[in-house]
Amino acid sequence: MTRLWPFLLAALLVLAVVHLLLPSGPLLEMRRTDASLATLLLGEIRLPRTLLALGYGAALGMTGAALQALFANPLASPDITGSSSGAAFGAVLGGYWFGIADPLALAGWGAGGAAVALTGLLLLAGRRADSGTMLLAGLAIALAAGAGTSLLLALASSPFAFYDSFDWLMGSFVDRSLPQAAAALIPAAIACALLARHARALDVMALGDDVAASTGYAPRRVTVQVVVFSAIAVGTCVSVCGAIGFVGLIAPFVARRMTRGHPGRALLPAALVGALLMLLADLALRLGPPGRAIPVGVLTTVAGTPLFLWIVVTMRRGL
Amino acid sequence: MPGRLEPTDLTIAMPALVALIGPNGGGKTSLLRALAGAERSKGRVTIDGEDVDSAPPARRPRLLTFLPASRDLVWPISARAVIALGLPLPDPSRVAQLVEALELGALADRPVDRLSTGERARVLLARALAPRPRLLLLDEPLSNLDPYWVVRTLEILRGAASGPSAVLIAVHDLGQLDAFDRALLVNRGRLIGDGKPAEITASAAFGEAFRVERDSAGWRIRRPADPRSSP
Repeated sequence: MTRLWPFLLAALLVLAVVHLLLPSGPLLEMRRTDASLATLLLGEIRLPRTLLALGYGAALGMTGAALQALFANPLASPDITGSSSGAAFGAVLGGYWFGIADPLALAGWGAGGAAVALTGLLLLAGRRADSGTMLLAGLAIALAAGAGTSLLLALASSPFAFYDSFDWLMGSFVDRSLPQAAAALIPAAIACALLARHARALDVMALGDDVAASTGYAPRRVTVQVVVFSAIAVGTCVSVCGAIGFVGLIAPFVARRMTRGHPGRALLPAALVGALLMLLADLALRLGPPGRAIPVGVLTTVAGTPLFLWIVVTMRRGL
Repeated sequence: MPGRLEPTDLTIAMPALVALIGPNGGGKTSLLRALAGAERSKGRVTIDGEDVDSAPPARRPRLLTFLPASRDLVWPISARAVIALGLPLPDPSRVAQLVEALELGALADRPVDRLSTGERARVLLARALAPRPRLLLLDEPLSNLDPYWVVRTLEILRGAASGPSAVLIAVHDLGQLDAFDRALLVNRGRLIGDGKPAEITASAAFGEAFRVERDSAGWRIRRPADPRSSP
């Protein structure tokens, strides 16, 4: 793992720069005509998109790894647990029903929705649920939150709510402002930093709660904090970009290969892998037909489904 | 589970290999969990005056470690890595030493979820032994072990219960009792016997708790005295 770090970081940096500068045509042309316009394009349009892809991917990777470690289940992730759907519901409730426009306040609504969904999962399935129970409970929460979101949009006072929300909730980084990016990424980054502090506790919790408690890590406290910080990291990003699936499931899976199976130690690598995957996905969109904006969430789901099925199949053979 | 223990005081002089015996549901596991800090309790555990509850994770494993009866492990971590998780600081030579003592050589780099229950029991025991704790709390460490490993484990635990350390073990198989320095008898959440193993098994409290008694032919079920058969 230690030998992979520099390589991964370098790859991330290169990808981020490529993501920022591509397509370079309009950028170079603007530089020739009006340099200040090029700066504006880079700073106001391209930069938020790159930062959001990077940060959202990292947040999904890390919360996925933390939730999988907490639930002792390689299928737990922000999407499977219903927390992404809960965050979308929270954001729609705040945005369309309480008229919240401030990005940071909206991010708070998103985090609240994710926290409610995760708490619901804990109450429904418990922490040591088998995969089947957890998937069913997560599915129930995701479906309920999805239906609730549709209902809120249908009943919203704005007749364009459904149309507007397509761009928002399907998962996209296009046309987000710098303040929006900051509202999502600053709380998410703080939450991730606080999550990373539990890496060792989550590794010891792999030996069971009793062992963790006897080692001085209070499992109950760790559980509450992981749920709260995960809800903040995911919820704030969802409130700005919408729900994006599968990155939070796949990134920890890859990361654990680098940490020889350690679920807690995988938190930081999962964040790196998540950021890489998200940048790649958003870059791949630009290969699509021009003028048709495919939401990045659709791409990650299409690409992630076979991987998900593969994990399910390997799990049946005992992980 | 919680709240079934009656208030009691217990002092263990070191070194000592102590057996914790009692019928099913009598409170052996509850007592071990309470001592380990895995169960909320009002009691305090101090080792040479040092309060265990307030010791941070970097210090706690040097004071005490706990091996629960459950042998479940979800993640495909190697046996060697599981043992290393027991150490507050990385110490590959200590891990190698335990791999050798528990004869895990060929298994050490295999994921623990692929090991048999008995093999996994050895790996988890090695994890608990790793930081050389002052007090080692083990719940049924001898179950799932074959005869060789029962004897070998007792030998290893005898080694661990030397110098400034004590080992407290919940055991079911009373045939192993003679290997211990001291036996504690618990029933209905109360400590009802404390002494040499031979004294405890001969006591009336023992017979009442276990509803068996020992005669020249071995163990047999204790029958309540029948008034009609009395002369």
